[in-house]
Amino acid sequence: METITERPDTLTINMGPSHPATHGVLRVVLELDGETVVACRPDIGYLHRGMEKIAENRTYLQFIPYTDRMDYLSPLAANVGFALAVEELLGIRVPPRCEFIRVICCELARIGSHLVWLGTSALDLGAATMFFHTFKDREWHYDLIEDLTGARLTTSYTRVGGVAYDATPDWLKRVREFVDAMPNRIDDYEALLTKNTIWLKRTQGIGRLSAADALSWGVTGPVLRASGVSYDLRKARPYSGYENYQFEVPVGTEGDVYDRYLVRIEEMRQSVKILDQALKNIPDGPVNVDDPKIFLPSKKRVLTSMEELIHQFMIVTEGFTCPEGEIYVATEVPKGELGFYIVSEGGKSPYRCRIRSSAFNNLSSLARQCVGELVADVVACIGSIDPVMGEVDR
Amino acid sequence: MAGQGEEAVGRLKAQFGDAVVAAGAFRDQHWAVVAPAQWLTIARWLRDDAWAAYNVLLDVTGVHWPDRTPPMEVVAHLYSLTRNDVLRIKARVADRGPIASLTPLWQSADWNERETFDMFGIVFEGHPDLRRILMNEDYTDYPLRKELPLFRG
Repeated sequence: METITERPDTLTINMGPSHPATHGVLRVVLELDGETVVACRPDIGYLHRGMEKIAENRTYLQFIPYTDRMDYLSPLAANVGFALAVEELLGIRVPPRCEFIRVICCELARIGSHLVWLGTSALDLGAATMFFHTFKDREWHYDLIEDLTGARLTTSYTRVGGVAYDATPDWLKRVREFVDAMPNRIDDYEALLTKNTIWLKRTQGIGRLSAADALSWGVTGPVLRASGVSYDLRKARPYSGYENYQFEVPVGTEGDVYDRYLVRIEEMRQSVKILDQALKNIPDGPVNVDDPKIFLPSKKRVLTSMEELIHQFMIVTEGFTCPEGEIYVATEVPKGELGFYIVSEGGKSPYRCRIRSSAFNNLSSLARQCVGELVADVVACIGSIDPVMGEVDR
Repeated sequence: MAGQGEEAVGRLKAQFGDAVVAAGAFRDQHWAVVAPAQWLTIARWLRDDAWAAYNVLLDVTGVHWPDRTPPMEVVAHLYSLTRNDVLRIKARVADRGPIASLTPLWQSADWNERETFDMFGIVFEGHPDLRRILMNEDYTDYPLRKELPLFRG
């Protein structure tokens, strides 16, 4: 049995890799003095699939399905992030309607991801009722995603230069129903937890991370903002037209589990606000770039024009070519900063595709949060980091 | 990511002269290649200089160029919260490195350098716990090196 410190009087226990509170295959080695954690060593890699290696051996379009399988609670957000990175490499920008659809996708993904986090992290701390409420609404959100993309989880919805299908007016109407209902639903969640004495005792002052520590550990997303740092890529380096939306970036003060809860709850409200604006202002027009060397031409044109037929054949069989260069493009996914660093040598595949994972860096701060806390609070800390092992291990 | 990268690289050159081996830009994202011997010193300056203030280490990774000498490239992305700017710095090192670890400056270097070691075999000197992080402990290859095939039959 591995030990971390040299102390003879401690007990080493093994949490995971298959444990209901580790939210996936995460193993944590804990060294305890009584019930107090004296050392904590997360062990990751159980879900490593070598995505960065795979990316080097696939065309850019072929890699989009792999982005579904990183953060599998918000695949749409990763779809959009990767498409934006390749578009930046190509130097193209998608039409306005596509940007609106992508914003709707990103914010639906954020709400969906936060609903899972809220349900499961409350369940971990014994508040089982919460889970049923959030999963009911999450099913609603999944129904919407399924109607748009054809799949609940493996959405693969974006394309380089657009999206796979346009959103229908009927679908937008149904998103509107969801958006109108959510504020009341979030009030309901808050009624169950925000002033609940047991919840407060389990979360306040637990897993504290100072702003300086959070920055040093490379923590991003709600966990960083709960520590009082207002860093949100939708404001810092806006993409897909986020600069045109009115919304606020909630920040906490304590950096504890409770503040992360408050920040994520408020983020859901802000996402609803963004969705509301996107639905009001979504323009008509094309959804995909009109460049047959990058994006599949419409079926009608393929069937009537020789040149378009050749373009379709080339894109499907070989893929498109990116210029030589290297870019780092990051988006604000529900967990934080998801960055793609793509090195292109020219050609149809990336020479190197580095995935800067938000959950990986956030999870690295676990030991900092847990040491000195009680063993039962480790569960609260993991839940509040909201790691998804698919994105941690890639 | 517009604007300040060029000035950052300029200031880096003014401060360190020949230690900035090369520099370049693509789509207004600027990068500098620095001498590996100065890696830690330059990173520290970028973090502590009042103007630069790159206080977050977003990412450390590698790129393998088997046809180049030296063949390994260590790439770090830094972020300045005060100026809202990302800078990419790189160092070209020998096959297994070594290169100085950035763990004295940022905690995020810990796991990211472990992953770079795990994937490329680059040794980070001064890292407190340089073990494999994603692959098995008894694994002997370095998956992201170019000579390793995707499939082995």
